Amino acid sequence: MIEIKSLHKSYKTGSTSLHVLKGIDFSVKEGEMVSIMGSSGSGKSTLLNILGILDEADEGTYTLDGVLIKNLNEKIAARYRNKFLGFIFQSFNLINYKSALDNVAMPLYYQGVKRAERLDRAMHYLEKVGLAEWATHLPNELSGGQKQRVAIARALASDPKVLLADEPTGALDSKTSYEVMEIIQTINDEGKTILLVTHEDDIAHMTKRIVHLKDGIIIDDSPVKQQRAKTALHV
Amino acid sequence: MTNPFSKDSWSEILEALSSNWFRTLLTAFGVLWGIFILVILLAAGKGLENGVKKGFSGMATNSMFMWSQTASKPYKGLPQGRRYNFKLDDVEALKTQIPELKYVSPRNQLGGFGGANNVVRGINTGAFNVYGDYPEFILQQPMDITSGRFINYSDIEQKRKVAIIGESVKNALFEKGEDHIGEFIKINEVNFMIVGTYRKTSNNNGDVEEAQKEIYVPFTAFSQAFNRADNVGWMAITAQDGASITQLKEQVFEIVKSKHTIHPEDDRAIGHFDLYEQFSKINGLFIALNAVAYFVGILILLSGVIGISNIMLIVVKERTKEIGIRRALGATPWSIRSQIILESVFLTIISGMAGIVMATGVLALINSLLENNTSPDTMFANPSVNLFVVGVALAILIISGLLAGLIPAQNAIKVKPVDALRTE
Repeated sequence: MIEIKSLHKSYKTGSTSLHVLKGIDFSVKEGEMVSIMGSSGSGKSTLLNILGILDEADEGTYTLDGVLIKNLNEKIAARYRNKFLGFIFQSFNLINYKSALDNVAMPLYYQGVKRAERLDRAMHYLEKVGLAEWATHLPNELSGGQKQRVAIARALASDPKVLLADEPTGALDSKTSYEVMEIIQTINDEGKTILLVTHEDDIAHMTKRIVHLKDGIIIDDSPVKQQRAKTALHV
Repeated sequence: MTNPFSKDSWSEILEALSSNWFRTLLTAFGVLWGIFILVILLAAGKGLENGVKKGFSGMATNSMFMWSQTASKPYKGLPQGRRYNFKLDDVEALKTQIPELKYVSPRNQLGGFGGANNVVRGINTGAFNVYGDYPEFILQQPMDITSGRFINYSDIEQKRKVAIIGESVKNALFEKGEDHIGEFIKINEVNFMIVGTYRKTSNNNGDVEEAQKEIYVPFTAFSQAFNRADNVGWMAITAQDGASITQLKEQVFEIVKSKHTIHPEDDRAIGHFDLYEQFSKINGLFIALNAVAYFVGILILLSGVIGISNIMLIVVKERTKEIGIRRALGATPWSIRSQIILESVFLTIISGMAGIVMATGVLALINSLLENNTSPDTMFANPSVNLFVVGVALAILIISGLLAGLIPAQNAIKVKPVDALRTE
C-alpha cells in the first residue's frame, strides 16, 4: 500500500538548513495498523505530512497504492488526498460553522457528490461512530471525544485507502482516548490501513506494529501484540 | 470539479458570509454608498440636463436666425453705414443655391417688447408681437395648435388676412368661454380673422409666459397690410439633418452679401444667432458633467470596493486554517479561489443592488416632490437613470467584485496546506 525508499527532507530556516528526515525506508501493507513513535523533533510529523501529500520530500520515492507521488501539481495532489487519504488531527480541525453532518460530508462535496446522497452517506458514517443523534450540532456543542469521532467519520467519508492520524488522542483524557482508539481499531478490523503518530506508549501498543524514529532515521521497526482498547477500557 | 454556480457553492458562500453578520453589513455599506452616490450624481446631472433642454424641446436645433444690420465697410462706391433689407428673392436664392438647407423662412415682425397697444377687439386692447410667417415656421419652432389650424399655403397665395393667436392673447381679448374662431381682431387698424390658437412649450429666451403672447399671420398678408413690399425682416434657417448649420452659415452669408453689394469681409452687416452652436455648447457641458459624475461616483465606489478587498484579506487570514483543512480533505486550489472570488462578487453585487434600489427610491421621492411643484422656469426636471446606466453600474460592480476578490483568493492558496494546518 505504502512504499518509501531513502526519503530525505530538510527545512531551510534563513541561512541554516535543518535536515529532518535522513533516509527513511519503510513500507506498509494493506490492512496494517502502524504507529510511528518518537520524541518531538524526531521527524514523525514531517513523515506523516509527506505520506499525506501535504508536503513533498526532497529526495527518495514514495509510492501510494501503486501510484508514484512526485512533482504533483496542487490540483492532482488535492485529488489524490481526496481519493486515497483520510486525515485525523490532534486538534480535530472541524469547521466551526458547519454542523457535524456537514463536516462529515465535506470530502464528498469535493468529490462532486450530490447533496442528498452526500448527506445520506455522511449520516451512515456518523452512525458508525455513534453520533447519529448529534448530526445537526455544531462542533462547539460537542465534547472533545465526540469531536474526534466526527473527525474520524469525516476521514472515512470518502472511503480512502489509508487513514492518517496525527496524535489522534493527544488532546483527550485516557478514557476518551481509549474510546477513540476502539473505533479506530474497529475500522482497522474492517480492513482499512491505518497509520498513526503518537508519543504515548499505551496508544502505540493498541496498533499492530511500532516504528521508532529518532533524529530522522528509523531505529526500530517491530510488530507488537495488539492491545484491544475495549479491554483496556474495562480494566 | 466544483461548479461555481451550483446550489452547494452558494450555500457555502452564504454560510461563510453570515458567520459574521455585522462585519458583512459594514463592508457591504461601503459599496452600497458608492453606487448610491454614483446613481444619484448621474440622475442629478440628467435632471439638470432635462430642465435646461426643456427650453429647446421640439425645436429644430440645427437652426439659425439671421437679420440685416448696417454695412460697416464701404464697398463698390457704396458708403459705410448704409442700411439695407433682405428681400424675398434672397430666400429663393438661398433655397436654390444651398440644397442642404431644409427650411428658409422669411419673417416680419410688428410690435415688440414694451410696444404700444396694437391689437384691438371691441373694448379690449393689448400690445402683442405680430409675426408674418410661412407655414414651415411651425416645424422650426413647434407649438401646440390648441384650436383651429396654423397658416397654410392657400393663406400665403391668397394673402388671406387670418391670424393664429396665443392662448394669452385669447384670454386678453375674449371673455371666458366666448367663441373665438372666426372672430375678427384689429391689428394696427387692419382686420384679421382668427383661425386658430396655439400654446408654446419651448422658450428660446426663457420666458414661457411671453411666448404665449404672439400673433401669427400669413407672411404675404402681413407684407401687404403693413406696407413691407418684398422686404424680409429676418429669416429662420434650418439645415438638413445630415448637415450642420454652423458649417453652412458662411455660405449663406456669402450669397446674401453678394446680392446686396456688401464687402465680403464685412461681418457686421449681417446679424445672426446660431441655435445649433448654443445647443452644442450646452450639450458639451452636459457630457462633461456626466463624465464628472462617473468619475466622482466611480472613485467613491472604488473606496467601497477596496473595503471589500480589505475585509476579504482579513477573512482569508482568519480562515487560513479552515482553508488548510479543506485542502487536506481534497479541495483543489481552484475551488478555494473560486469560493473567495464568488464571496467577494456576491457581496459586491448584493450591496450594489441595495444601493441602486435605495437611490431609485430617493429619486422617486424627488420626482414626486418636483411634480407637485411645477414652475415652468425650474432648471431641474425628472432626474432619472436609464437601464443603460444601471447596466453600467452592474458591470462595474461585477468587475470590481472580481478585482476585490482576486488578491485575497491568491493569498488563500499561497500558503502551503501543511503550513495552513499548523496555524492557530
